[in-house]
Amino acid sequence: MIAFVGIQFFPTDRNESDLIPQTDFMLVNQVPTSIQNQLKESCYDCHSNNTKYPWYNKIQPAAWYLEDHVKEGKSELNFNEWDSLSRRRKASKLRSIIKQIESDEMPLSSYTLIHSDAVLSKAQQTEIIEYMKKLKAEAN
Amino acid sequence: MSKLRSTLGVVAIAFITLTAVSCNDNKKEQNKADGDHSEMSVDGDHSEMNHDNSDGHHDVDKNAMAINDSQDSKAEVILKDYFNLKNALVGDDNAKAKDLGMALTQSLKSFDVSSHSNTEQTKLKDIIVDATEHAEHISESDIAHQREHFKILSKDITDMVAITGTNKKLYEQFCPMYDGGSVWLSMEKDIKNPYYGSQMLNCGKLQREIN
Repeated sequence: MIAFVGIQFFPTDRNESDLIPQTDFMLVNQVPTSIQNQLKESCYDCHSNNTKYPWYNKIQPAAWYLEDHVKEGKSELNFNEWDSLSRRRKASKLRSIIKQIESDEMPLSSYTLIHSDAVLSKAQQTEIIEYMKKLKAEAN
Repeated sequence: MSKLRSTLGVVAIAFITLTAVSCNDNKKEQNKADGDHSEMSVDGDHSEMNHDNSDGHHDVDKNAMAINDSQDSKAEVILKDYFNLKNALVGDDNAKAKDLGMALTQSLKSFDVSSHSNTEQTKLKDIIVDATEHAEHISESDIAHQREHFKILSKDITDMVAITGTNKKLYEQFCPMYDGGSVWLSMEKDIKNPYYGSQMLNCGKLQREIN
């Protein structure tokens, strides 16, 4: 218990920014609004420079756990920096996005458990995948 | 007092729930940490391995420094690691492919592009960054994932060779069945399919000869 109280005093780095860079995925691509909204809801918390933090981020060790996830998520893919990638890198990332959504690996189940809005229905999955495939064909 | 107690209660419940929820992913992360760990040890092995084989190359380098620049020998090391990886996938050997993915990651990272022209450098760097990411994923995935990444890796390596050239004779081979058609490189003319392994070992055709 003492340890639990003690760790509450350790701060974490917050991933927050109001600035949307020119390289953002939504700015450089013609993304249909429905897909925009769903990507923001399901992906942007860990794959952009701005996380909408849940209440439990005020509690340790939850905040550490989240910090790790966001860091890892951003290093794999940061939608805000999309256009800084070359065509080759975009094609690679798009392939990963498609595969991970197809196989239900993303969004993470630990994330959707609390963020039920982030769950992608079969129809939403198909919509996103079709769109990403189109982008991939353009990037190849 | 009772307010404090109920607050503490809520916090405790939240904590327990989160611990339970994160269990699954923790396990994943732990696996990853283990992976990292073994990566490190493989890393060590590899630097020795690399040493061994660069010794081989070194002799060539020393003897023919004026003719062969060292960059080409670095590209040859990348090719060697790629072919070893390809053979591991042909043999359905997940563990070996992981090790070789790590070896390839290292040789890609140590590739020095400075002897090439500026435009070539930009292209090569792009290829290397992409290939490195796929090699890293191969070093920590199951065999189905390894094969998915190997497909794009093969394209990267083919594009790399188009710039660096090679002293080896290479065969570009093609499997029409895997993921809408997939290419790989081989040093042997005979087809041994890395995308299906023993399941369809000889499926595919020779598409192009390089050199």
